[in-house]
Amino acid sequence: MLDTTLNLGSRVVLPKPEFDLLLADLRQSGYQTVGPRLQDESIVYSGIDSLADLPRGVTTEQAPGKFRLMRTDRERYFDFIPGAQSWKQFLFPPRLKLFSASKEKRWELDRSDDACPRYALVGVRGCELAAIEIQDKAFLRDDFEDPTYRARREGLFIIAINCLQPAGTCFCASLGTGPRVERNFDLCLTELDDAFLVEIGSDLGRSLMAGRNFELASAFVQNTADQALARAAGQMGRTLDTSDLPDLLTHSANLDARHWDEVARRCLSCGNCTQVCPTCFCWDVTDTVNLTATTTVRERVWDSCFNPYFSYQAGGNTRPTIRSRYRQWLSHKFGTWVQQYGSLGCTGCGRCITWCPAGIDHVAEIAALREEVKE
Amino acid sequence: MTLTPKTTSRPKVAVYKFSSCDGCQLSLLNLEDELLDLADAVDIAYFLEATRAVKPGPYDVALVEGSVTTPHEIERIRQVREEARFVIALGTCATSGGIQALRNFANAEEYARTVYEHPNFLEYLNTASPISETIKVDLEIWGCPVNKYQVLECIAALLQNRRPNLPQYSVCLECKRNGTVCVLVSQGIPCLGPVVQAGCGAICPANGRGCYGCFGPWSQGNFDSFVPTLVEAERYPGETALLLHNFNANANAFRKAADAARKASKKEA
Repeated sequence: MLDTTLNLGSRVVLPKPEFDLLLADLRQSGYQTVGPRLQDESIVYSGIDSLADLPRGVTTEQAPGKFRLMRTDRERYFDFIPGAQSWKQFLFPPRLKLFSASKEKRWELDRSDDACPRYALVGVRGCELAAIEIQDKAFLRDDFEDPTYRARREGLFIIAINCLQPAGTCFCASLGTGPRVERNFDLCLTELDDAFLVEIGSDLGRSLMAGRNFELASAFVQNTADQALARAAGQMGRTLDTSDLPDLLTHSANLDARHWDEVARRCLSCGNCTQVCPTCFCWDVTDTVNLTATTTVRERVWDSCFNPYFSYQAGGNTRPTIRSRYRQWLSHKFGTWVQQYGSLGCTGCGRCITWCPAGIDHVAEIAALREEVKE
Repeated sequence: MTLTPKTTSRPKVAVYKFSSCDGCQLSLLNLEDELLDLADAVDIAYFLEATRAVKPGPYDVALVEGSVTTPHEIERIRQVREEARFVIALGTCATSGGIQALRNFANAEEYARTVYEHPNFLEYLNTASPISETIKVDLEIWGCPVNKYQVLECIAALLQNRRPNLPQYSVCLECKRNGTVCVLVSQGIPCLGPVVQAGCGAICPANGRGCYGCFGPWSQGNFDSFVPTLVEAERYPGETALLLHNFNANANAFRKAADAARKASKKEA
């Protein structure tokens, strides 16, 4: 070990075997280490113990409605682009018990949040980190914060990864969220052949790195990493022109564009895009009451604005057609989100494009809408 | 759907079988942890698969499994309607005709001749039809078999004078909530999920196979868009049509989509 002082922003080289010790340390301090794993011909996020659990030597081919794993000729751990799952499942679980109540003589309420572990997320991409920032704005508002989200968010340890191999549906460079991770991490990795270039992002990250067997990053190594990142930025599968956003989608004259009818013919309204979107935060609350009406469980579950009953209210459904639901979703993400939260609701991860069974490409739809209203 | 005004504190429930495999009645009996509560909450007055003790009607609730396939069943189901305040069609046979409705696409007489030595003893209809084609049905619970917890929820809702909580979305949402990887997108396996009613818990994709629609068409399903996608993913010509021509073959949306798939697939082949 070198006698070196680590500062925030320091970049050092950590041999890959050392990284496993770091993960072990995190678990020792009470974190559940979660990261990418191969499962069912795809990549999911779940518990990992060491680098051996990661999808090594694997890349992904992604296109509208299509995801395929491919072998690569190099044995790296992070050459893939993630699958449908995003980190939101840990901060905003798809099903969460809010409380249960039971009645013997009188009703007793049980509000215990029993499943609230501290997570260390391993391999968070720039687009994904930006998505967490966006969900923070939705769940941790000044006037209201969601206690279940707060509890999960505060305990988080984030190991980010700079993306070097963007997929065909990636467009983070258009939105400025990647491929380089800029902020809000504890540690950020850039993968080299035998080591990781590690950037220190927080005091917690610094203390975890202190005493480890790292080396100073030479100018050559830093250059190599920076060049690989610059190359990745130029290899985005898609480019989204954001120059006229959000106006293109919020301008009232564009609400009746023919293109909405055209998309509505293809859209299945199945809701997949909203479920895989790392920023979508809509939920439903359901009560399950037993036969004798003596126990009830209230759960929060992921919902979707594509569900016909999502906007059902007294008197009917305000968005009864697929056209109205698709338009609402797209114009929220790329339009009204800006008024609501100060940024677009998209980070360019491309999941909604890859995992749409109908292969609808929202980047192309926005471009088509732009073409039509230009006429 | 409520039982107001309540006539009895313990509603009388009758469970009937029509043309079916008994699987949905078995789902009721499989409610092992809840069965005693159920027997407390309602008066199980007629349920031959569970007990030969029979109490005479009228009944508050009739749970009807199976489809109508014989002239005798037409008479029986009319009798059921007369004797029950609420009729719940239980499972895919009762809601769309079931697997036996494949006869609707063929010649029933020919089938009878092939299977039976003396088909002249048989009295049957040329079609198998859902209960709602013969009588007014108050609630349909889809599935082959039904999700037993949905049945329980419907009975609880009746007892508590509220609407039952039944999902109104596609199977895809259940997959995503379960963290199941989409088999269509990641492996190209034809899956009916986006056009099928949720409620099963998305069991098939979780086991690496596509949904074959046993919970029936989703009311919002965009078949016109999805059929060409499925045809393109076919591993052999005609696969999409066969997928739709299954337990819910007789459901209108599936029937139409299967026709479209057959045409599109031939063009491809």
